[in-house]
Amino acid sequence: MTATPERRTTRPLAEPDLPKFDVGDLDQATREALSGLLLTMADDEFVLGFWDSEWTGIAPMLEEDVAFSSLAQDEIGHARLLYEMIAQLRGGDADDLAFGRTADEYRHCHLLDHPRTDWAFSVARRWLYDTADAVRLSALRRSTFAPLAQIVEKIRREETYHLMHMDVWMRRLAEGGEPRQRLEAALDSLWPDALSVFASLPDEGHLIDAGVLAAPMSELADRQYQHLLTVLGSLRLSVPGPRPAWEGGRARAQPSESFRWLWGEFTMVHRLEEGAVW
Amino acid sequence: MSALRTIDPAGGAPMPLEQAVWAALEDVSDPEIPAISVVDLGVVRRVEVGPGRVLVELLPTFVGCPAVDLMRSAVEERLEGFASDVQAVISFAEPWTSERITPHGHKRLRESGFGPPAPAGRDEERLLPVLPVAPCPYCGSLDTSIENAFGPTLCRAIYHCAACRQPFEQFKTV
Repeated sequence: MTATPERRTTRPLAEPDLPKFDVGDLDQATREALSGLLLTMADDEFVLGFWDSEWTGIAPMLEEDVAFSSLAQDEIGHARLLYEMIAQLRGGDADDLAFGRTADEYRHCHLLDHPRTDWAFSVARRWLYDTADAVRLSALRRSTFAPLAQIVEKIRREETYHLMHMDVWMRRLAEGGEPRQRLEAALDSLWPDALSVFASLPDEGHLIDAGVLAAPMSELADRQYQHLLTVLGSLRLSVPGPRPAWEGGRARAQPSESFRWLWGEFTMVHRLEEGAVW
Repeated sequence: MSALRTIDPAGGAPMPLEQAVWAALEDVSDPEIPAISVVDLGVVRRVEVGPGRVLVELLPTFVGCPAVDLMRSAVEERLEGFASDVQAVISFAEPWTSERITPHGHKRLRESGFGPPAPAGRDEERLLPVLPVAPCPYCGSLDTSIENAFGPTLCRAIYHCAACRQPFEQFKTV
């Protein structure tokens, strides 16, 4: 009926707006390791943003409808920036990275494989994620890859509000009664994946040598874990189990059922109308 | 730079191009809070003028701010005719922080019922921030409490003033 749709209706963010860097300055190994790291971050933010958006219209109160919609907007904004950066490193297109991959090609952490479930579950999951993200961002603030250090400096100021908001909700739910029971149940089922943001990366040693990343993932997981223990203790919540041992990476043989469903939702427009822009 | 041609914006006295660009940018308001200009908001990082060209660097207040593209095109539109090549670009060379809002910007925010951001006393390594106290834009009281860290746009939080019992929006401290 119509001619080929216009590929772009707006200018892509990356041209010329991202911190400029010369891909040629990076050797091949660093470029690959770096884009691998960025992909884990982008996929985390992207997938979490879409889980957040599942509350738009049905959150338990109007304020949270607004809050979770804002959280989603923030995360997807961060993901967009990171996808643009990967596209610069690898060549290619950020929209294709965001929407054009099959479900098994996403590298979000296992914590984000679970469905939205109930409010306590979404709060507990987000709190676990936000504590990890704060640790991850602080390990990238002084990255030798300046464009990353620059956007991290911006992003972490926004993430501060996310963590603060989840901290308030953790305290509120932990006060007692059914909310506390639901929170405990959520923490129990999420605990095995609590540190999964820090799944080791195949070439993280290279990233550390190159000064891109400040510390190994295992050390960042320790930092997150200590923070979790402190907060759980202050809320008199029992620690759901032994320290989760995260041996696996982020690749999966099979995407989870829940993620496959979410993927179907967020790629729907892209699959129906190739070339549609976000 | 000063050797560049001068122009006569809106029939006023001729002035150097760079100065004229800054003056013109005062007319471009934040699409989400029209009371404040992009200059007072501290979004304009830098103006660079060269023969036949004007480059304006903008710092987004929030990464996911949907008004960024609007701001960029509003800036380019306002500067049309200032040079043959007018470009507004988004930069992350330094983070936009609420401390970039000018004193005049604070005044404009208060006048339109927004609490200006509080000074950020931050401990960079802490995981959790201490929420700054937001003074009420109506009565000036500090007896206010946060209702929601997330308001109608990414950059605004909702507060309530116990003294004059008025809810108000605060431009977030970031």
